[in-house]
This record gives sequence, C-alpha cells and structure tokens, in this order.
Amino acid sequence: MSGGRVITLTIDDRDCGAREEQTILEVARENGIFIPTLCHLGGLHPVGACRICIVDVEGIARPQPACVTRPVEGMRVATDSPGLRRQRRLILELMLAEGNHVCSVCVVNGHCELQELALQLGVDHLELPALYPRREVDASHPRFSLDRNRCVLCTRCVRVCSEIEGAHTWDVMGRGLASTVISDLNQPWGEAESCTTCGKCVQVCPTGALFDKGKAPGEMRKRHSFLPLLTAMREEE
Amino acid sequence: MTNKKRIATCWLDGCSGCHMSFLDMDELLLELGDRLELVYSPLVDRKEFPDGVDLALLEGAVSTRDDAAKARLVRSRSRLVAAVGDCAVTGNVPGMRNRLDNGELLELVYGRPGDDQPGPPTVDVPPLLPQCLPLHREIEVDVFLPGCPPPASGFVRLLEAVLEGRDLTELPTLKFG
Repeated sequence: MSGGRVITLTIDDRDCGAREEQTILEVARENGIFIPTLCHLGGLHPVGACRICIVDVEGIARPQPACVTRPVEGMRVATDSPGLRRQRRLILELMLAEGNHVCSVCVVNGHCELQELALQLGVDHLELPALYPRREVDASHPRFSLDRNRCVLCTRCVRVCSEIEGAHTWDVMGRGLASTVISDLNQPWGEAESCTTCGKCVQVCPTGALFDKGKAPGEMRKRHSFLPLLTAMREEE
Repeated sequence: MTNKKRIATCWLDGCSGCHMSFLDMDELLLELGDRLELVYSPLVDRKEFPDGVDLALLEGAVSTRDDAAKARLVRSRSRLVAAVGDCAVTGNVPGMRNRLDNGELLELVYGRPGDDQPGPPTVDVPPLLPQCLPLHREIEVDVFLPGCPPPASGFVRLLEAVLEGRDLTELPTLKFG
C-alpha cells in the first residue's frame, strides 16, 4: 500500500474515488460500472493479455486496457462507445478465427467464458476468414488434458500455477500465431515433473482448453471461487 | 391469392438437427401457418426451389460444389437469407476437417481402394471442396441464428421479426453450441 493517496477521476462521466495502486477496472467495478474482461481473474496478477477490457482515456489516442492501467488525478475514462464495441468485437473475432472453437463438441459448452463473451459482445459470426490451424492436443497427463485448439493464450493457467501453486509448470513458447502453452521445458504434461496435479489451471481456464479427463461435451464446469479466498487468506498471514 | 410470407428451408452439410429444432416450435407452427407458407423444404414435397421467397433458412455448411450451387440458387430467389445453426454460421463439426488433408481423411474413413475396402465413394455424392465453409463465405447472408441446434425460440423470434417487417440486426443471439 502506498499511503492510501486518494485520486479523483471520472468514469463514464461519473466522479469516482480511487487509490493510486488500483486499476481502472477495479475502480469501475467498485462503482458498479461494467467492463467486459476475459484474461482477468480476481486473485491473479493482471497482465492485459486479451485486450477485451480496453477503455478510452481522454488525451490518449489509443484505447488502454483497464485491467493494467492506473488511475491518475483528473483522468476521464469512457468504458463504452460504438468504437470500443467494434474494437472489442474485432479482438474477439481475431481470437476465434485463430483457433478451432467448435462449441458443439466442447467439454465446457454452455459454461464457457469465451462463448459467453461472444454473446455479450454480439459476435454472432466471423467477418474474418478462420485459419483452422493444426494444433496439438496433450492427453499425456493421467487426470487432465490440454486441447490447444481451444486456447486463447489468456495465461491464467501460467499465472495460477506460478503465483498460487508455486510450481510454474506452465509457460508460453513461440511468437504470434505460433505461440503456445507448454509444460516444463516443452515436455508432455504427463512427464512434467514440476506439476503437482493440483488442477488449479484446469479450474481457472476460461475455455475448454484445459479439462478433466472423462468429461463429455457440456459436462465440465469450472470453479474458481477458491482463488480470491486463497489470495485473501495469504494476505492475512 | 394470399399475402402470406413465403418461407423456405434448405439443408446443406448439416445433420438435420436444425430442422428438428424448427419442428420443435410445436403448436406455434399451426399459429404461424396462418401467416406464412412453407414453399420449399425437406419437410414438404416440392422438387424445385421456387422464385419470390421472402425468407430462406439455410442449415449446414458449404462442403461440396453441390452445396455451393444450392446456396447460390437460394440466394438468387430469396429476399432474405438466414444462416441457421453453427454449421452454417461457423462450419462447426463439418468444418473440423479443414485442418486435415481431404485425401488422407477419406482414406481413413473409407479405406484405400483395393485393400478389400470400397474406397471413397465416386458416384452419387459430390466430391468435397478443399475446405468446408460457413455460408457467408459463399453467399451474402442477412441474419445469423447460431446454436447447435438453435433453440425453437430463436426460430420464433426470427419468423416473427420477418412477419412484422422488423430490423433483423436487432435480434439477440441466444446461444452457440
């Protein structure tokens, strides 16, 4: 905590009080202002990986990710406009076009954060041509599987494994379209010695990329309510 | 003789599940029957796709030249075209072959001709296009109704919007998958 200096800013023309270590997303949520998110998850460090939470800040030409932008005295933030909606939809379309997101055969169909976001943002089809990449499935772990076709590189699995479990089994390898989640030194998950089989990565994954084995389409529900509790309890210690 | 709206449905590369969901409108179909006429569909006995269709509901992805020709014919004779279901909207399950090699895939399914296997069919079915495409990659689409299948309520909303001449872009998306 940095002395608790209070900053005043406006979000959607509403006066808001904030502490300087907060983010625009946190302040907006405290004030009941909704900003859509995907990679953000309470209890994990924000990384601004997905850019769905972009907002307009007066005086800055490009939209800024609300999850990693700090409030500044007198800042004027707009969270919703036709332009922002269009940009958010395009970002989501790029994500969908880059993977193989086939809802009807997915374990989290009906309980998927990516699917929910598409409905929320009104993405009912892709204007962009889909790439249909060939991506690998890793089913070498005895309890869980990784289907990279459904991965949006939000890095929640990487962060929960490193920050909460302390194992850092997961990381991201490659650049651009070749980026992929890997376990240990790009070994099959089942051979990754650092993995404790805690399953936190599976629970925080917003899509069906990480899932329990033996689940049929639509059967998998993710539970990450443990995360803010764990973080809060550790802060108390 | 009538000012009923002329509705057609057509089935490309899909499983017919969307048509089943259309039938799931149940008794509402009777009520709608006073206001619309089903002029062409796998559900009615008409061989040629007619002219002057108000709304065509297309299920399934475009997987063959035959599908593409049907889609273009439907487009040329219909005022509004709806892509119905995830296959028509995204490619869905038929589109899962797009990351595979067609030749390898057909051999895997039908075997290699000669090895006591029939091999891929060469008559009666049109050959696959290199890629299976969502409908809007082949023809212009006015409205998208995703879902696998779309819920019956989605059909109701769409048909009512067309009957009342409302703006179709205002229709909410109900579900994917």
